[in-house]
Amino acid sequence: MEIIMAFVIGFLFMAAVYLMLSRSLLRIIIGTGLLSHGAHLLILTMGGLGGSAPPVLADGVEDFADPLPQALILTAIVISFGVTAFFLVLAYRSYQELNTDDISEMKGGDEEDE
Amino acid sequence: MKTNDVIIQFTAKIVFFIIFFFAIHIFLAGHYTPGGGFVGGLLASSAIVLLVLAFDINTVRTIIPVTYTTLTACGLIIALATASFPMLLGDPFFTHYFDYFTLPLIGKTSLHTAMLFDTGVFLVVVGVTMTIIQTIGEDE
Amino acid sequence: MNNFVLLPIIIPFFFGMVLMFGQKSLRFQRGGAMFGLILAFISAVSLLFTVKNEGVQKITFGGWPEPFGITMVSDMVSALLVTTTLLLAIFIVWYSFSSIGTAREHFYYYPAIMMIITGVNGAFTTGDIFNMFVFFEVLLMASYVLIVLGGTRAQLAGSIKYILINVISSALFVIAIAYLYAIIGTLNMADISVKIAEINQPAIITVIAVLFLMVFGLKAAIFPLYFWLPTSYAAAPPPVLALFGALLTKVGVYAIMRTYTLFFIHDTAYTHELLLWLSVFTILAGCIGALAYFDVKQIIIYNIVIAVGVILFGVAQMNETGLQGAMFYLIHDMIIKAALFMLVGIIVYKTGTTNLRKMGGLMKSSPTLGWFYLIAAFGLAGIPPLSGFVGKLLIAKGGFEAGNTWSSLFVLATSLLVLLSVIRIFIYAFWGEEKPVQPILTNAETTKLFIPTAIVIIISIAYGVGAEYLTPFMSDAGRLLADPSIYVDAVLKGE
Repeated sequence: MEIIMAFVIGFLFMAAVYLMLSRSLLRIIIGTGLLSHGAHLLILTMGGLGGSAPPVLADGVEDFADPLPQALILTAIVISFGVTAFFLVLAYRSYQELNTDDISEMKGGDEEDE
Repeated sequence: MKTNDVIIQFTAKIVFFIIFFFAIHIFLAGHYTPGGGFVGGLLASSAIVLLVLAFDINTVRTIIPVTYTTLTACGLIIALATASFPMLLGDPFFTHYFDYFTLPLIGKTSLHTAMLFDTGVFLVVVGVTMTIIQTIGEDE
Repeated sequence: MNNFVLLPIIIPFFFGMVLMFGQKSLRFQRGGAMFGLILAFISAVSLLFTVKNEGVQKITFGGWPEPFGITMVSDMVSALLVTTTLLLAIFIVWYSFSSIGTAREHFYYYPAIMMIITGVNGAFTTGDIFNMFVFFEVLLMASYVLIVLGGTRAQLAGSIKYILINVISSALFVIAIAYLYAIIGTLNMADISVKIAEINQPAIITVIAVLFLMVFGLKAAIFPLYFWLPTSYAAAPPPVLALFGALLTKVGVYAIMRTYTLFFIHDTAYTHELLLWLSVFTILAGCIGALAYFDVKQIIIYNIVIAVGVILFGVAQMNETGLQGAMFYLIHDMIIKAALFMLVGIIVYKTGTTNLRKMGGLMKSSPTLGWFYLIAAFGLAGIPPLSGFVGKLLIAKGGFEAGNTWSSLFVLATSLLVLLSVIRIFIYAFWGEEKPVQPILTNAETTKLFIPTAIVIIISIAYGVGAEYLTPFMSDAGRLLADPSIYVDAVLKGE
């Protein structure tokens, strides 16, 4: 199972890097989304897969899942949700303002101001 | 172009309530089973987004006259107050209290201060999501 | 258990929330922000003295036993940094009153400042590595808001790079924590320190150490990860720039300092040697940048990079003198960077340009500003008895003790380059012929800006002259950093 997860995480990172290297801002944002998905999956895998019972205190439960990685992922998901949403708003605003979603054309924007 | 939105508008009016009550159910279920303030908040805001899709932002603003940034601030204050309250009693920050109560109609229920914290989270999520949707949707 | 530890974090947070209401009333916004910061500052000072008299203070959320709950630890290092942060925030907010513009003040400027302070203080105080990530995100989210607020074209383009680089470094941070958790199985920083000592830091931990260095290095702008800093910071308006320059990179420096003195201390031949060389290159790269530009903002921004290198050079020595010097220099740099950015802001507001070639002769119209700038410039370079001197002296002494003679001499020699880079601003902007300018603010308004700036410079002079009174605090901090067992015992064994 860990091997499959390793490939999935690796694939997510690969796709994320590919998307983030492109010039379109929207693709970059999708790339950051994939990157954080990969990171979350990595936490889950690194916390140790397995454990059949939910991590709730009960008598006779020996084989329970580690609750900590799940809590960490939940926190990280909320944070990346917030950041991605903010980033999308910013991308939309800068598209309106600069009339482009191309990162390399945006550089021209700040030279004009000087 | 005049579009005919009768079906989606009629459906939205009903589905809104279904989603919204499901959101509340998920929010309350978060006590012992999967669910909680974050998911509940997202569902509730998706219900509002459905209304925005079916009608438009200004109509929805008259239906639900809430400033969403204020809602976010309220939620954060509720969450912070719940977390800080134990400090007044001399317990560490974030200590939670719970007990079982027998309420009329519902029967024996467990009440938990974490619930108040989750209410704060619920409001924050609705507030933040709707602020974002409004910011993008406003200038058409 | 001591809830007091949390007050410098909770108070700004609470006021930030309250300030989200009533965006229309400027008096409410300004007064609320100021009142909240002063209240938090008072609590931070009393916390500082509690830590001095009674040792490390801690609290674990929800009353969980350590190391299971999230612990907040206030030791000498974090108490000093929290106090400095709040002190500077007060003056920067004061400076914002007449410079940031009412449009921004009406649009969540003060709540964002309060959130950034919450995040910075939280990151300084937390004793849990994942919680540190959360506080980093809090301060980053607030900084995203501050950097785009206003939404001019340059700001939008600069902030996209800033956000992108931080999103990537946050993802790396999560990955580094995941790896550490897989091997150590705990997130409490004191407990991590104990567990790493138990297994005697195998090679995989050293790999994680370098990963952490990359993560925090991106935030702290060390060589070769500093390239994002100049473009994105230059986009911010002066008060925001002062806040960022004084606080944000320092949080990254603090995180490196903490992890490299608490966790990864068993293979110093590799990790600290790496840190040493990176810090030397950071100083070099910063000097080149600071000397190459004719833009006042860029010169000071590159001086941030130099200071980061100097502080980390002190950390890399891994002896008490070096670490004490690093603490001295860290706080000196927070104060002096705030002062310099505020001064440069005034110069920009007076002349309407950031280009040195278009300035000149300011000495005739505003001599006081010139002399205060000169003092700040000397303080930055570390001329005795001003504030940078003690820190740099101790860092170099630590370097000699650790046997890094040549690199220590190099660090001392670069002080001259630092001096040259800031004196260039003095020569070009204050001397020479007066040039036609398009002031952004009137003279009366810049005088209002000058009062908080002058107070910060006076604080920095007092910090240098009164170093003797601070030495007990600093030596406590240095001892604590040099000997992780003090921290560990206080967290895991204390009451």
